[in-house]
Amino acid sequence: MSQLQVSTTVNGDPVEFICEPDESLMDVLRDRLGLTGTKEGCGTGDCGACTITVDGRVVCSCLVLGAEAQGRDIGTVEGMAKGSELHVLQRKFLEHAALQCGICTPGILVAAEALLKDNPDPTETEVRYWLAGNLCRCTGYDKIIRAVMDAATEMRGA
Amino acid sequence: MRFEAPETVEAAVSLMAGESGEARALAGGTDLLVQMKTGRIQPDLVVDLKRIPSMTAIIEEDGGFRLGGAVPAAEMLEHDGLTAAWPGVCEAAYLVGSTQVMGRASLAGNLCTSSPAADTVPAMVAAGAIARLVGPDGAREVAVEDVPSGVQKNSLKKGEVVESIFLPARPARSSDAYLRFIPRTEMDIAVVGCGISLSLAEDGTIADAKVALGAVAIKVQVVSDGAKAIIGAKLDDSALDALGAACSAACNPIDDKRGTVEFRTDVAAVLARRAAKIAYDRASGDAA
Repeated sequence: MSQLQVSTTVNGDPVEFICEPDESLMDVLRDRLGLTGTKEGCGTGDCGACTITVDGRVVCSCLVLGAEAQGRDIGTVEGMAKGSELHVLQRKFLEHAALQCGICTPGILVAAEALLKDNPDPTETEVRYWLAGNLCRCTGYDKIIRAVMDAATEMRGA
Repeated sequence: MRFEAPETVEAAVSLMAGESGEARALAGGTDLLVQMKTGRIQPDLVVDLKRIPSMTAIIEEDGGFRLGGAVPAAEMLEHDGLTAAWPGVCEAAYLVGSTQVMGRASLAGNLCTSSPAADTVPAMVAAGAIARLVGPDGAREVAVEDVPSGVQKNSLKKGEVVESIFLPARPARSSDAYLRFIPRTEMDIAVVGCGISLSLAEDGTIADAKVALGAVAIKVQVVSDGAKAIIGAKLDDSALDALGAACSAACNPIDDKRGTVEFRTDVAAVLARRAAKIAYDRASGDAA
């Protein structure tokens, strides 16, 4: 296979990488760019652990080829905190103990951030449906939903 | 494997047609990449369609909507004109997988993958949608029900791609609905799916209708007898009974872990009755 050279933007920074034509963007992020916040769960688009944004849209990075990233704007969990200051969602996940093993957490944070950008005042039902593709085998989801709702409240300045 | 991302349909077709091995078109990739990952297919060439302007646009055309072959479900749901005109097609698109999957998955991809349980296919069939296929011999337009030819088989010729799906203009007092049954509330595959589109005369009788079922046979079923049962009626109980009976009669399903033959046959009638009522209420302006 001949490798491809790809120029893209990750968390606002211009990035260049070389990848195999059939290599997933998830593998590129983790193994070539060292951005291991994006997790591999199922690798087939069922669990949401590898959730990132491509041009602002929430997708599973295991179901995107690295080559598709050419010229796109990629967002990962590493882009959420500003230096040492956590994003409100990240802080609320800690406050509510909304994680146990943590594998699902980066994907949920990225998905939840996208929801709140689009819909700053979601109902609990909207949050649950939006995150239906983010599986968590530890928490039973309740604390995750509470953390997202609480973050939404704080972000609205309410 | 080679990866190409051409910027015109002609270039995509030329690449696909010229590949001596297995060539696959990549729209959202939510089926293709899974099949590659699991080793079910090992394409020699993958052609990304998302750099082609006509593949990624939603265009209003002749009073209808032309959806590019790679437009993701999420983008459809953000289009106010489209969701208002075709609520049934859009609610089917909303049922396709998770938020993440809807960010990538397209109607054309759902159609070409040709799963018998595809949610958007019965809704598109009921809507009278037309697929525009482009191949080495030029373009052709086919009814969407003629694209799937069997379980995960389609009728596209070598080198052909679905450039767009056209949802035609519709008369006043028209609407559609799609319902599916799954054993839980989200993230599952249809046990039965039913799409119904209809138009009402001024007095509220059904002037035209199309009924389609998914997951009850090897491919989507057009239930002409179901449409006949409600055309000329105002969805009284006898028309609904006849619709349900026609839908059950059109079923030739399999037994699997999600539903038995008997269950699917029965649920087809239930969903058809409910979908017809929803479409009817929408068409008469009783509901959004």
